[in-house]
Amino acid sequence: MPTEQESPAATTEPTVRLAVRKTYKLFIGGAFPRSESGRSYPVHTATGDFMANAALASRKDARDAVRAARAAFGTWSAATAYNRGQILYRVAEMLEGRHAQFTAEVAAATGDRDAAAAEVDAAIDRWVWYAGWADKIAQVHGAANPVAGPYFNLSTPEPTGVVAVVAPPESPLLGLVSVVAPAIVSGNTAVVVASEDRPLPAVTLAEVLATSDLPDGVVNVLTGRVAEIAPWLASHMDVDAIDLTGVTDAGLAVDLETAAAENLKRVLRPAPASSDWAADPDVQRMLALIETKTVWHPKGI
Amino acid sequence: MTATVASGLSEVARSDAALRAFLHGLPGVDQVGAQQRAAMLGTRSIKTTSKAWALDLAIRMVDLTTLEGADTPGKVRALCAKALRPDPTDPSCPPVAAVCVYPTMVATAVETLEGSGIHVASVATAFPSGQAPLAVRLADVEAAVAAGADEIDMVINRGAFLSGRYREVFDEIAAVKAACGSAHLKVILETGELATYDNVRRASWLAMLAGGDFIKTSTGKVSPAATLPVTLVMLEAVRDFRAATGRQVGVKPAGGIRTAKDAIKYLVLVNETAGEDWLHPDWFRFGASSLLNDLLMQRYKLSTGRYAGPNYVTLD
Amino acid sequence: MVFEYAPAPESRSVVEIKPSYGLFIDGEFVDAAGRFKTANPATEEVLADVGEADASDVDRAVAAARRAYERVWGPMPGRERAKYLYRIARIVQERARELAVLETLDNGKPIRESRDVDLPLVAAHFFYYAGWADKLAYAGFGPDPKPLGVAGQVIPWNFPLLMLAWKIAPALACGNTVVLKPAETTPLTALAFAEICQQADLPPGVVNIVTGAGDTGRALVEHPGVDKVAFTGSTEVGKQIARSVAGSRKRVTLELGGKAANIVFDDAPIDQAVEGIVNGIFFNQGHVCCAGSRLLVQESIADDLLESLKRRMALLRVGDPLDKNTDVGAINSRAQLDRIRALSEVGDAEGAQRWSAPCPLPDRGFWFAPTIFTGVSQAHRIAREEIFGPVLSVLTFRTPAEAVEKANNTPYGLSAGIWSDKGSRILAIADRLRAGVVWANTFNKFDPTSPFGGYKESGYGREGGRHGLEAYLAH
Repeated sequence: MPTEQESPAATTEPTVRLAVRKTYKLFIGGAFPRSESGRSYPVHTATGDFMANAALASRKDARDAVRAARAAFGTWSAATAYNRGQILYRVAEMLEGRHAQFTAEVAAATGDRDAAAAEVDAAIDRWVWYAGWADKIAQVHGAANPVAGPYFNLSTPEPTGVVAVVAPPESPLLGLVSVVAPAIVSGNTAVVVASEDRPLPAVTLAEVLATSDLPDGVVNVLTGRVAEIAPWLASHMDVDAIDLTGVTDAGLAVDLETAAAENLKRVLRPAPASSDWAADPDVQRMLALIETKTVWHPKGI
Repeated sequence: MTATVASGLSEVARSDAALRAFLHGLPGVDQVGAQQRAAMLGTRSIKTTSKAWALDLAIRMVDLTTLEGADTPGKVRALCAKALRPDPTDPSCPPVAAVCVYPTMVATAVETLEGSGIHVASVATAFPSGQAPLAVRLADVEAAVAAGADEIDMVINRGAFLSGRYREVFDEIAAVKAACGSAHLKVILETGELATYDNVRRASWLAMLAGGDFIKTSTGKVSPAATLPVTLVMLEAVRDFRAATGRQVGVKPAGGIRTAKDAIKYLVLVNETAGEDWLHPDWFRFGASSLLNDLLMQRYKLSTGRYAGPNYVTLD
Repeated sequence: MVFEYAPAPESRSVVEIKPSYGLFIDGEFVDAAGRFKTANPATEEVLADVGEADASDVDRAVAAARRAYERVWGPMPGRERAKYLYRIARIVQERARELAVLETLDNGKPIRESRDVDLPLVAAHFFYYAGWADKLAYAGFGPDPKPLGVAGQVIPWNFPLLMLAWKIAPALACGNTVVLKPAETTPLTALAFAEICQQADLPPGVVNIVTGAGDTGRALVEHPGVDKVAFTGSTEVGKQIARSVAGSRKRVTLELGGKAANIVFDDAPIDQAVEGIVNGIFFNQGHVCCAGSRLLVQESIADDLLESLKRRMALLRVGDPLDKNTDVGAINSRAQLDRIRALSEVGDAEGAQRWSAPCPLPDRGFWFAPTIFTGVSQAHRIAREEIFGPVLSVLTFRTPAEAVEKANNTPYGLSAGIWSDKGSRILAIADRLRAGVVWANTFNKFDPTSPFGGYKESGYGREGGRHGLEAYLAH
């Protein structure tokens, strides 16, 4: 964070308290480790000042994150929808409490304090919006199918599994929330590659997630180079879906989608550069990351 | 299932609790699946020589039946004549397996059929409801046997069965079996009143455990009477019972089987469920009255290439 | 005497096969760049000479579909599209017997199945989606959902006309036009369907049928004028398609392979379970992506169940597909037969015990007796790879948790079966199975209202039901 100004009129050097800086780390399996590679990279403000060093995640960090996400999938996907909804709402509550902190962090990243406050407002509201979907998506997207025979036949949405997400680069908090919340609300677990140049709000969001009763491993946050990490996620055979929303390099996007075909990951293609993350969301992101399971049973006496 | 059943069978009727545990331990029957299997077998297409063989076998399996309040010796004698020579114009036409009458008509039937090899079956045990004191029901059996019936078609105590008094049902069947002496005992389950295939399976096993020689679907007085899926479940029961005990029990669907086409569906069911060992009048019967004439008409069509008409088969 | 049913062959005379067929493009049959032959797998007799479309033929077909989409079908009110689809459904019903015989001749499946399963479902599918055409605003995909454009559709040989219906009916209902490529071993019913489009006066170019093999399919899938790709077939080809559309705007649905677990608990309704196992793996000679090819049976009943299963399998009637009493018909092609044989030999080599139903097989044609392998473990290839034939791998389990673990231990996730009399157990197990279709106390049931499709490497997207519309609507 920027340093404090010193008082120029002092005759003796008063003791000015030095700010305690935060070490920005990864978020994997509910813990905050440094990159196993020991690497970091400098993160700057919109005006080019140094803000912090972020962990530069490696392929092994990505692997560990996938492992943590897979481990969390059983519990999270089996949690009741009511429970998931409450936890997402809890995230909104925790975020609200840290409004000022996020506003400052987003503002430092984007350079626009007013817009930053609005982005934090919208991000909080987005968690609330998705929280409410937890126990409605099955009702809206499921179906009781009137098959031509003596059968009970019910289609219900189920989470796809472990979802790798490349978060939008330009919108470090709202964009991130807009891709993570729809992934996990239905029971998926996620490995998120944060905005490469503006990763700090993602790490701070991880602190919120870590204190919102979200089970460890449901969301895992990696900071680093998209071009380095994403290919390992796209080719990982234990990842079920990949959201390329934040991939801006068209050539990389093709490579990632091609690699994803090896185990037929569900692929969300990159979002247009003009995406307006403040616009009202729809259900498409949730629907893209669910499977429909249809169960038949005879009706007889 | 077979191994466990065989080891414990002698014990299962020891008490109501043991009997209940056994019967409720039988595998369930999924209604939809059983009906679909029966319907699928009903789509078998039986042609030419196989059809001719099947029609003659079906005739030989008929228990030609009259069970009316208006039955008289004259009516029964006419029925017996039909049983002996179903098609008077065709000596190659086989006789039926048995005639089936009320106890009061047994003597007439025995007299008319003497020496023919055609069995005389009598319904008994206060047929069709069975709602009479056990002593009366047993006396009914004894009278029929005394009059010469060599097959007894009893009804089970559905009330006792449905209220879970399995031991009572078992004991009554065993008592009737004893009263039959050497006569064959067919146990009518009255499946239309048992309501579920699970009950049909349990009642089938109960009847076999108690000594029944045949299990029979229906009295013909309750609807639904015989159906393909009910018969399927009973055929599975006799198949499994033989595998468990070594004793073969026969099956008799009765009531509602009116056409040769239906009869052939039942034979396919026997063939593909219990197997060819049951494709014999000793082990499978049709309880029917109007079925016989349709079998004869189809037989005529097959041998002449022309469709027959009702005036070309005899009325009785 | 034993009850031997005499042969009851369905008459071939109800269908007239032309000696040669062209491609169906823009409402007319036209010549193709190449030719190939399609044969009856039950006799190896050549049935017809069929056009093989090359890239330029595909290009013509896509152009025709584009014109029809922009000028006629896209702008047409849904209620009018609906009536065309109802018309098609009715013509399929009217010509059902002919189409069933044709399907059986070209595919080798028993007439009992083409007559009682395939054709009724084909008609039902068109009837179902016809009704959606003017009700799309109520389907849950926005107030005014739009079609995608031209759909390129590639279908397999196991249910030729039914897969055509699964593809074409929802596409047309949503306002798309289609170019469809049937499998090279089973093109004839698709070509008969082209005639049905003519009889229905469907506007030219709305449905185009291009026959051919893999190259034709690739040309169609990779054609830049195609907005939507729908494929049913092998996982291997599905992956190729997923790669080939990378970076494009094309929407894709894939319905691919499977290795379904059919789980039988000790409290199952045993006689129905045996039927379900048989239906699960021997229906359509096991040429079914959702076949119950891995039997998971609770160890406590395994011996008795297998005894019952073998007794039942011995009753299966294998032979002339046109005989109404045939249960198991011909393997669709020599190539498929070779694959089934090769994988079965792998089963032998891996130490599993093979048992085949003692049934006589015809001398000519492609046949494989219904077969089970016992003593199979998850480590065996025959427990992991899709055989796509009448071969069942039998595994055992001890606890429900073990059953679920084994059932899910596969890259596939298309279907699964559960047999138990205990309702709460069925629901709990169904929740835990990672498969798109779960049949409890039944198997291999299909309905146009019921969504079908897989998890994991069994593909993505759903066909059938309200969910099936999503693949053909823009959002």
